[in-house]
Amino acid sequence: MSNEYLLSVTGLKARVEEKTILKGLDLNIKPGEVHAIMGPNGAGKSTLGYVLSGRDGYQVESGEVTLDGQNLLELAIEERARAGLFLAFQYPVEIPGVSNLEFLKAAVDAHRQAQGQEPVSAKDFLKQAREACKQVNLPAEFLKRGVNEGFSGGEKKRNEIMQMLLLQPKLCILDESDSGLDIDALKVVADGVNSMRDGQRAFIVVTHYQRLLDYIKPDYVHVLADGAIVKSGDASLALELEDQGYAWLAERRAQDPVEMHHEVNQ
Amino acid sequence: MTEEINKALERKYEAGFVSAIESETFAPGLNEEVIARISAVKGEPSWMLEWRLKAFAAWQQMETPEWAHLHFPTIDYQAISYYSAPKSMADKPQSLDEVDPELLATYEKLGIPLLEQQMLAGVAVDAVFDSVSVVTTFRDKLEEAGVIFCSISEAVHRFPELVKQYLGSVVPQKDNYFAALNCAVFTDGSFVYIPKGTRCPMELSTYFRINEQNTGQFERTLIIADEGSYVSYLEGCTAPQRDENQLHAAVVELVALDNAEIKYSTVQNWYPGDENGKGGIYNFVTKRGICHNNAKISWTQVETGSAITWKYPSCILKGDNSVGEFYSVALTRGAQQADTGTKMIHLGKNSRSTIISKGISAGRSNNAYRGLVRMNPGAEGARNFTQCDSLLIGDQCGAHTFPYVESRNPSAIVEHEATTSKVSDEQLFLCQQRGLDAEKAVSMIVNGFCKEVFKELPMEFAVEAGKLLEISLEGSVG
Repeated sequence: MSNEYLLSVTGLKARVEEKTILKGLDLNIKPGEVHAIMGPNGAGKSTLGYVLSGRDGYQVESGEVTLDGQNLLELAIEERARAGLFLAFQYPVEIPGVSNLEFLKAAVDAHRQAQGQEPVSAKDFLKQAREACKQVNLPAEFLKRGVNEGFSGGEKKRNEIMQMLLLQPKLCILDESDSGLDIDALKVVADGVNSMRDGQRAFIVVTHYQRLLDYIKPDYVHVLADGAIVKSGDASLALELEDQGYAWLAERRAQDPVEMHHEVNQ
Repeated sequence: MTEEINKALERKYEAGFVSAIESETFAPGLNEEVIARISAVKGEPSWMLEWRLKAFAAWQQMETPEWAHLHFPTIDYQAISYYSAPKSMADKPQSLDEVDPELLATYEKLGIPLLEQQMLAGVAVDAVFDSVSVVTTFRDKLEEAGVIFCSISEAVHRFPELVKQYLGSVVPQKDNYFAALNCAVFTDGSFVYIPKGTRCPMELSTYFRINEQNTGQFERTLIIADEGSYVSYLEGCTAPQRDENQLHAAVVELVALDNAEIKYSTVQNWYPGDENGKGGIYNFVTKRGICHNNAKISWTQVETGSAITWKYPSCILKGDNSVGEFYSVALTRGAQQADTGTKMIHLGKNSRSTIISKGISAGRSNNAYRGLVRMNPGAEGARNFTQCDSLLIGDQCGAHTFPYVESRNPSAIVEHEATTSKVSDEQLFLCQQRGLDAEKAVSMIVNGFCKEVFKELPMEFAVEAGKLLEISLEGSVG
């Protein structure tokens, strides 16, 4: 059964320090699908991305996660990345003095090496990188600048998408890639994502706002609240949420959290 | 994450091997007789011996400086041997073919092939092994251009006037405790003279290797760039891995006459001792240059080795419009201690200096920048810019900055910028999430931090320095 899924998350519980954030999360994603994850602040949306990518300090208590049938939880951060998991950061960090080009080539070569391939030639890579820059509307001189060094918020987000274009991951997690973007930058990000939709690659789009989903059409929308997915639906759910907010969650939770959990994940 | 980084920092010292070479080594101990023996073994003229003895007398009246941010046990100067030379050097080899193959193999292993046909084109090497210069390559080619590049011992014989005129002219005998000791017991080192208006046709390089146990290395380098000349000089150092501490007290003097330029680059990789601070080289070095009118001296150093580093390559900007530069990367890990920086003494009008210092501390190490910028009353319109950046890796190391600024001329401008940062978990996570392992990530972040300094190094050295940092940061990540 699980073979048909690209990503399969079952009963995932995880904590940060002493606090349990994910409290039994289930999520199954088939190749080519786009899943949007929405929900109130503090629900665990960013945590999900960090736990899946293996960030230190995010401890899995129980549950199973497979990517392409492989047990993701036993892999190191970089092994998960090389296995095809990509996380576009909400707040990309700066690495002064390390040029974008050098960083990207090292990343691409690490991926190639994991697949038993030779490093890409500098000439070919430069060509690809220039092409990727163009696609996300960043001038080619960004390749020479330090990673995210002095980039504006929008440039950082576009830089993340450029990395995604070059690394060609199987599963992309976009952690609020729309936050702080004006409408033009938002379109650039969306275009980048859409250009990579090929029926195989899957996306988890974490967002607060329905707005991004106007440009990246999700196959499913999930509501993440208090560490679990409490409601799933199609793209129309996002519009509903935009309308209603999340106040209804509190009422439901008061009724019977356990039943609610089952209802959603049947 | 800190644990991971520290694991990544546990590394091997690749130059730690010992060469099985028969040596003639003096018994430990220091007195006038020993100095007379050193002088005799080198067949020195009497003026040289007198000079040594004068320095020795001064040294005996001096005390070990204690102002540096360093902790080490008292050094027993009587327990050190002051001269060691490979036996095969006793009858001086006249050409490379006559040099002990074991010696050549040692340098080969260190990546410094001395056979000219194998060498990087355009770099001449003086190889100093313990107390003697083993070989100097490309001499003929240099002599064609009028450039003198030989061991200092040879210069004492062949060019006594130049040596007499300039030896001790930049670093006086009594300058400091370790300099005085060096003056008394120095054994070998390099001598360079670039004639007027000559651009040295190749990079000059000296490679220092300590091999013998319980032996100090006291080398002496003197570089004279005559009016309007240019030279780029590279210096590299390694030593075997031993449990005992070894003393290295060198003196380097640079003289840049009017309109001359000297670029002096160092990659220092002496054995740093083990994780607990056992063994390693005590590196107490005095390096100083003097710039006459419109002259320029540029010091670039990459310091990754030594248990203790005490070193302040400095410039006396005597001439008008003279320029001094200091670019430094100092990496400490394990239990290493470094107290390093520079002095820029502005005397001339419109003299300018730039200081870029990058300190990287990891493990339980301590890394201090100590720098002095002095604007003397005559330094009309002089300028200095200083930038000191510290990078901390892990949470058990220390970074310290001690900038001294003395301005006695109101028209002089002194700028100082300093930052301290950490290799953050976020940076590492970003790199790893893009597929890089922690080791590669740390090395990349550190290299990025050092970029402003690396770009000052000659091409081959920049590559070597980058690799050296990578090796220094090597060790598998669990």
